[in-house]
Amino acid sequence: MTLLDVQELTISQVGSDAAIVRAATLALEPGETLGIAGESGCGKSTLLLALMGVVKPGLAVTGGHVHLMGQHLGSIAPEAMRRLRGQSIAWVPQSAAMALTPTMRVGAQLAEAMSVHDTIPPGDITARTTALFAQVRLPEPNQIGARYPHELSGGQMQRVVIAMALACAPKLLLLDEPTTGLDVTTQAEILDLLGELRRDTGMAMVCVSHDIGVLARLTARVAVMYAGRIVEDRPTAALLTRPAHPYARALLASVPQIENPGMPPSIPGSPPAPGMSTPGCAFAPRCSRAHAACDLVPALSPLPLGGRVACHSPENGIFAPVVMPTPLVAQEAGVPVVTVRDLVVQYRRASLFARLSRRSRPDSVVAGVSLTLLKGEILGLVGESGSGKSTIVRAIAGLWPRSAGTITLDGANLPARATERDRAALRRVQVVFQNPDASLNPRHTVREILAQPLRLYFNASPAEVEDHARSLTAAVRLDPDHLDRRPAQLSGGERQRVALARAFAAEPDVILCDEVTSALDVSVQASVLALIRDLCQSRGTSCLFVAHDIAVVAALCDRVAVIYLGQIVEIGRTTDVFLRPQHPYTEALLSAIPEPDPMKTMQPVLINGEMPSMTDPPAGCRFSTRCRHVRDVCRTSTPALALRSAEHFTACHFEGITGI
Amino acid sequence: MSGAPILRAVLSQPSGAIGITLVVGHVMLAVLSPLVLPHDPIAQSADLMLQMPSLSHPFGTDRLGRDILSRVMLGGREAMLIATLATLVAMVWGTVVGIFLALIGGRTDTYVMRIVDALSSIPGILIVMIFVAALGVGATALIPILGCSYGLSVVYIARAAALDFVARDFVLAAQARGEARATILIREILPNVRDTLAVQGAMQWSWLMLGITSLSFLGLGVAPPTPDWGLMIADARGVMPTAPWAVLWPMAMLSTLIVGVNLATDSFAKALGVDRQMGVRAA
Amino acid sequence: MLGLILRRLGAAWITVVVVAVVVFVGVEVMPGDACTAMLGRDAARIEVLENCRDRMGLNRPPVERFNAWAGDLAQGDLGVSMKRERPIVDIVGPRLRNTLILAFAAALAGVPLAIGLGVMVALRRERPFDIIVSTTALVAMTMPEFVVAALLILIFAIWLGWSSGVVTAAYDAPALTLLFATPLPAVTLALVYMAHILRMVRSSVIDTAGADYILMARMKGVPERQIVRRHLLPNAILPTIPVIGLTLAWLLSGVVIVESAFNYPGLGRLAVNAVADRDLPLVQATALIFGLIYVSMTLIADLLAMALNPRLRTRRL
Repeated sequence: MTLLDVQELTISQVGSDAAIVRAATLALEPGETLGIAGESGCGKSTLLLALMGVVKPGLAVTGGHVHLMGQHLGSIAPEAMRRLRGQSIAWVPQSAAMALTPTMRVGAQLAEAMSVHDTIPPGDITARTTALFAQVRLPEPNQIGARYPHELSGGQMQRVVIAMALACAPKLLLLDEPTTGLDVTTQAEILDLLGELRRDTGMAMVCVSHDIGVLARLTARVAVMYAGRIVEDRPTAALLTRPAHPYARALLASVPQIENPGMPPSIPGSPPAPGMSTPGCAFAPRCSRAHAACDLVPALSPLPLGGRVACHSPENGIFAPVVMPTPLVAQEAGVPVVTVRDLVVQYRRASLFARLSRRSRPDSVVAGVSLTLLKGEILGLVGESGSGKSTIVRAIAGLWPRSAGTITLDGANLPARATERDRAALRRVQVVFQNPDASLNPRHTVREILAQPLRLYFNASPAEVEDHARSLTAAVRLDPDHLDRRPAQLSGGERQRVALARAFAAEPDVILCDEVTSALDVSVQASVLALIRDLCQSRGTSCLFVAHDIAVVAALCDRVAVIYLGQIVEIGRTTDVFLRPQHPYTEALLSAIPEPDPMKTMQPVLINGEMPSMTDPPAGCRFSTRCRHVRDVCRTSTPALALRSAEHFTACHFEGITGI
Repeated sequence: MSGAPILRAVLSQPSGAIGITLVVGHVMLAVLSPLVLPHDPIAQSADLMLQMPSLSHPFGTDRLGRDILSRVMLGGREAMLIATLATLVAMVWGTVVGIFLALIGGRTDTYVMRIVDALSSIPGILIVMIFVAALGVGATALIPILGCSYGLSVVYIARAAALDFVARDFVLAAQARGEARATILIREILPNVRDTLAVQGAMQWSWLMLGITSLSFLGLGVAPPTPDWGLMIADARGVMPTAPWAVLWPMAMLSTLIVGVNLATDSFAKALGVDRQMGVRAA
Repeated sequence: MLGLILRRLGAAWITVVVVAVVVFVGVEVMPGDACTAMLGRDAARIEVLENCRDRMGLNRPPVERFNAWAGDLAQGDLGVSMKRERPIVDIVGPRLRNTLILAFAAALAGVPLAIGLGVMVALRRERPFDIIVSTTALVAMTMPEFVVAALLILIFAIWLGWSSGVVTAAYDAPALTLLFATPLPAVTLALVYMAHILRMVRSSVIDTAGADYILMARMKGVPERQIVRRHLLPNAILPTIPVIGLTLAWLLSGVVIVESAFNYPGLGRLAVNAVADRDLPLVQATALIFGLIYVSMTLIADLLAMALNPRLRTRRL
């Protein structure tokens, strides 16, 4: 019997005909896995919730139906639905930290998942709790149940939530962006775990993610959604090698690939807002293959080699995205513009109390970092969350005081705090932040936002402000009528362009980008990256680009530095570092990234354990606790950055240990 | 957000409509009543004491023979005036200090907030009473005293609202650019907390009205013979068994005004998207 | 955890000190002093004034006077009332007891009822029960205590004759007598803060109901009743506890009015009388005591919140 049968499901906003999910049709057999891919606003999360019979307040099912194991979800009594949930079909939420009740111990929450159903006899619940904790590879499975959620790390909480889902041995598991917010290495472990669990239990899975790489590692089939519709539904390998729908193809093309370092092409235009209905195919306005027939909505039709696609003229060639290679920047004989030497930044000044107790040293978020930013180059700084990379940006910008070390701009020392710097120095270093929602004042118009640096640094008159604002908006490829809008009326990508325009308004020598594309959809990301590259090249501005996404860094940067636990472990030209990594951490990072490449999905993850905390860093080489090549000397002495080959430095005791 | 659409949103809700009607009614009464008084509010008359409501005295007379209707019509004026001015004082100094503390953070913030905490722990009414005890002052001096005392709760609210924004990147961006602190305060933060503060201001006003009438009740607020609702209630306490109207009319006036302000404020808060705080009443 | 408690106690202690300083300074900076206030017109006669000042020790420098005052306080000596010429401790003691009886009566009855109603209303939001109760709360919240007092006296004492209305017990009557005198004043006191607590609890429950972990519990198949009991209520009520503590703390300001309205022999009525008498030392002492009570109540509320919130008890591994 078909496990899941969805026919023409349409979910709209109550009181209007704005549909979030349109005529979705899919089927799942027992044991099968299906991934649902799409960008924000495409309706994938809403669709997933509907599979559980849940509709967010304000929405309602206005067409079609969902059959779960032969039962029509729309006509089940609430009590029967309640029994289904958890027992036959289980949910793994996006953010484990928010999904666990803060006032209940995790063991109790897991036991509750079983006690509310009849599948597990009450006497066995405690034993099964411990068994489940062990199955999800949590440490100390018989004791961890006594902890509260806030005492666990992000990865541990995610495992607890997975255990809760498995508790009653459900037939179907629904996962909503299961690895968002986790470190790359933790993410890889969770994906591994999920794969293993599926093999052991034989349950079916539906997984929603914006990251096709994650789905490639997890599911055998992927459905791509756009503007509320399923546009393509194919076996994963087929989708990755021969995507049929132009959107799927363009989406895959816009994902930066590490082996192909260079700027990926972006999709022109932007996706329609959720609920907006367009006549005909929703992707037609942005599609290079659009023609007259696209005025009619294409139906999902089967493809000769399996799967379905909703397109009037699907593509059938092998997928081979063309990237614009990163041109080698003609550096002026490597003139340094910003030099950072032995930078140490501490998290908090130790209170008297802390100083008197065991912890005699305050936490060093950045523990001795040296790097040089050359004129006209884009230097990437890559690391996981908590590695200190954002702190370095703030230290250079003067927003966080440094405890030791020097930072110079064109040879002259930069005072530690922004308040101590003179206006000329402030003008020459500009920052662009991650979250476009928070970095623009919601009450100001775009014109006002751009006017501020112009007034501050150049004493521009209103006429000059208007002039400059127009040319700036043109430079970031925004319409001049955006000048009167407020941030709330712009999309994420547009806001980030405004933030860039504001930074470049000051005509700086150096731009510091702190995770500027992390909050953007993949297709939008590509265009913002291209914009940064163009702006920097045309104005000769240097850029320090901080990100946790290695592929993005590979696409954009000339040189890259890899940072781990507050120290730089490898630095060199992008192609060198990523294609021939010398440091075990870089090697491990590269192996952990889920890439939408069917060839790479089977690689093992080359790293163990969790990131140690900043307050108690390992002695000797900081990576020694997780390195697979570790030797005795690594635990006692800290390696310094040493030159290995042309401009390629590594902080490891052993040369060539990665064997690449 | 501009004014007209918000007003419309407020009026479309029944609570908002009622609230605004009540408030507008009271304000108009306070402004226009001296022109339409049926009797002299201060004129005492020995024969007319404690008369039941009649045609010539629709609200009856009090124990000194004064016409209650006239006194009730004027009874809010003094208190409303004091409340308005004191609210202004409280909002201005509370906002400036609150936002400044949020911006400056660090030790200054901690120390000053300690002092504010301590000041808040003495019931506002006591603070005012201490001043009255020592200085024996009248209504006009109440304005700065009340303004300072009620401003304390504004400091909390303004600081909390500003803190919400101080951590945001656009303030950080302004600091990175090197903007002056005052500029950041006025240009970046103030426009964002404006709505919260407006709602808070309305609530402060209603609390001040309650506070002033309570003080009058205790004999420490508006001085006789100026009519005041609180004074009237205090006066008529003794004769409640025989002349309940002497107490009920001022009560009704005061209650309708306060209920009106609260309904309107609630409605505005919803329309503006402000989270109405269960703020601390200073007295 | 111990560190947190100690730090909280330390903060409370500092607040107490600041309160003492503020009370002292407040009285200090005003023109005139205890003697001029007390003597009124008689203060024009220099010898009487000097005499009074000598007796009260007002000629010493302020810092010395503060230290003396603080020192006395530490030993439990609150000074001497000018008007009644008795040690303040004797005056304040029994009245403090009476006020506490009143406050406890109000709190004990009011708090559980308010929380209970708040939860019930939130779970039935926007339905008739909610609308009626919430509107009543809104109205109750906006009426000044003296209005409520007058109304209650009117209804229960004059029209229904159930109670005597104004309290006739003396300040040193036995505790039980006083307790029986509390119903009307306690209800008056309770009404206002109950309305606040109700609205706050309602708001908190509604907010918590939208949390991800509530959805998660539903996804596990937990029945609604159990969700409310184990997931919703603990998380909704917890954050309200410190605010409830704060709300109770401004029972204190209500006490002043309510006691005056009902003539209840407590600290509030004493304060009003002291002000009317211009008895500055007594005013100072009562202000200080009120401040102390407030600080202790907020301290207890905070400690209670700490004890109940697992997040504050343990730190991340």
